[in-house]
Amino acid sequence: MQALVIVAHGSHLNPDSSAPTYDHADTVREVGAFDEVRTGFWKEEPSIREVLRTVEADEVYVVPLFISEGYFTEQVIPRELRLEGWDVADWDSDGLSASHVTLTATDVPEKTIHYCGPVGTHAAMTDVLVRRAETVTGDPNVGEGFGLAVVGHGTERNENSAKAIEYHADRIREMDRFDEVQALYMDEEPEVDDVTDYFDSEDVVVVPLFIADGFHTQEDIPEDMGLTDDYRTGYDVPAEVDGHRLWYAGAVGTEGLMADVVLERAADAGADIGNSLEVVRERTRKTPQEAN
Amino acid sequence: MGHHLDALVDAAATGDGISLDGLSVVHGDDGFRLETPESTLKGLTEGGLREALTDYDDYATNWYFWSEVVGESSPQRRAFLRWVEGAPVDSGGDDGGDGDDGDNDGFGDDGDAASVPERYDALRDAFSREWGQLLVTVTVDDHGERSYELRHADEADADRDDLDPYHEPLAARQLATYDEKGRYRPLKTGNNLAGGWVFPDLDARDLVETVETFYPASVPNWYRERRGELDVAHWKDAIGRQTGMYSVVKTWNRGDGHEHVNWVAETCCDDSQCVKRREWQYDDETDLDVDGGDGAFPCREPCSLVIAASRKWTRLEGEGTQTYEFELTPSEKEQVEDIIEAVADDRTDDIREADVYEGANRYRARFLRAKLFDDEGNLGGVPTDAPDDE
Repeated sequence: MQALVIVAHGSHLNPDSSAPTYDHADTVREVGAFDEVRTGFWKEEPSIREVLRTVEADEVYVVPLFISEGYFTEQVIPRELRLEGWDVADWDSDGLSASHVTLTATDVPEKTIHYCGPVGTHAAMTDVLVRRAETVTGDPNVGEGFGLAVVGHGTERNENSAKAIEYHADRIREMDRFDEVQALYMDEEPEVDDVTDYFDSEDVVVVPLFIADGFHTQEDIPEDMGLTDDYRTGYDVPAEVDGHRLWYAGAVGTEGLMADVVLERAADAGADIGNSLEVVRERTRKTPQEAN
Repeated sequence: MGHHLDALVDAAATGDGISLDGLSVVHGDDGFRLETPESTLKGLTEGGLREALTDYDDYATNWYFWSEVVGESSPQRRAFLRWVEGAPVDSGGDDGGDGDDGDNDGFGDDGDAASVPERYDALRDAFSREWGQLLVTVTVDDHGERSYELRHADEADADRDDLDPYHEPLAARQLATYDEKGRYRPLKTGNNLAGGWVFPDLDARDLVETVETFYPASVPNWYRERRGELDVAHWKDAIGRQTGMYSVVKTWNRGDGHEHVNWVAETCCDDSQCVKRREWQYDDETDLDVDGGDGAFPCREPCSLVIAASRKWTRLEGEGTQTYEFELTPSEKEQVEDIIEAVADDRTDDIREADVYEGANRYRARFLRAKLFDDEGNLGGVPTDAPDDE
């Protein structure tokens, strides 16, 4: 028996925070790759502290639904899961390369816990950013004539956060699919406020590398970019700003294909997921398939 | 039917035979031996055993349900399901009482649990248990199959047809997200679960999944408590392991006093606020002075809401007091008290717009503000921060 446990931040104030976690858990559940799929949260229930005791299976794959390696993935989650002998050095990561470690947890000593790196740094996350651009434009071939901006927090709290943004921006650039690709930040240069300064393309898709929609993605960024004067009145997609059409995508974490990254993380750690990746990639597609 | 008899005879013929809830069937050199609290029959052939079991069909279907349908793959699920129908939990006997007081003697104690026929009589009529704000009702059919209904405990007497039916355990997730007024519920065990729904016909596994969706980890924690293995983390331990933005809460503990934690528990953990029964105390040796409540399942440590609120209180309680001087009429003082009470008890929406006899009425509060606040919003025109005396 194998179980998938997705752990995420959650919120005391906003139900949108945990919504993507539940959505991706449901997607994985429906594809039947695991005997059990559970969720655990820092701010909601079950708490990360108690989630392992809700699991029946003896092989447990824990995937953090977080954007980057840092405080939560290195300290909070291992501590709350009570991972025995956890040492961040075992991940042997440069800030982007944490894959998994296999440990036990004192809470459920009979189980084997495969603790995975965060979804945000997995290579498959690049495809989710692109898929998000397809979804928001409604065009499965979007790219030519378009710029793409990947938006992150910046390094204020965690230097690895910017590393993840750069990593995916570089990878999308290498695809040679979009005319321009630019990493932008909320609290450092180049700033998302000046998004139109960084693109020649008339059409620009803006995708925040965030797990869930909330204050930053729904209030800050739309106002900072000039999509709207007041987030409460909403904004158009696309919205005209300084002679550009900005296609604002909202948090990438709400894209259905995120379930694929969750599965990839677990598979990298040894989970047997059969052909689930192919199934999930198709099921989560919201734009019409391109004609062959 | 009869497949339950096939399974029972097969199981009885192998190994140590079967034994459950008073029924015992073993196979020896002289054939089968069938024992129930009512009688003992020896030297039975397989045909004789089958014939004899027709007189003890409740025992036979009961064995089938617990052995073949529920099984033992999840001891906590099994224990909960047995508790739900008033069956002895595990090998021991549960007294069937609601509101477990945290006394963990449920295992290995035969007590005076009902016999299988008595329990079946109750189950045919439907047997109910409360679990937080949930009401679980179990019934048994002629084949011993259990069916579980789940609804809001406040709607015990509601006509099922008046409630919206749901069948998938995960539907509980949405039902648990908003309260009756459509507000987000940050705490799954908050005492504000909305009603209006029913899961009319769940099987055993889906019942537990649904209960666990409403109240995550409630069953495993209850089960651990019954076994005397609940890992309670008291305030000092739970606060002590916090890091980052929550590590500041440690500084709220000063000296030997724990009055501040009494206030926290009275504020957040009272039965009126949360359906869990608080088992955590100040520390291993110091109990809090406020009651932990009567919840069916335990709370093993300060939850994330308590910790987040305590972070704010740690900051606020770091302030020294000041003397402010302004005048109130006796009724105005009482009105301030009324407003605090109404907010604390979440009653403000219940006070009618024109009910000016209520101190927390909107017009009464607006009048108080018009009269007593200055343009900066200072009560009595007195600034919050004392002007520098220099």
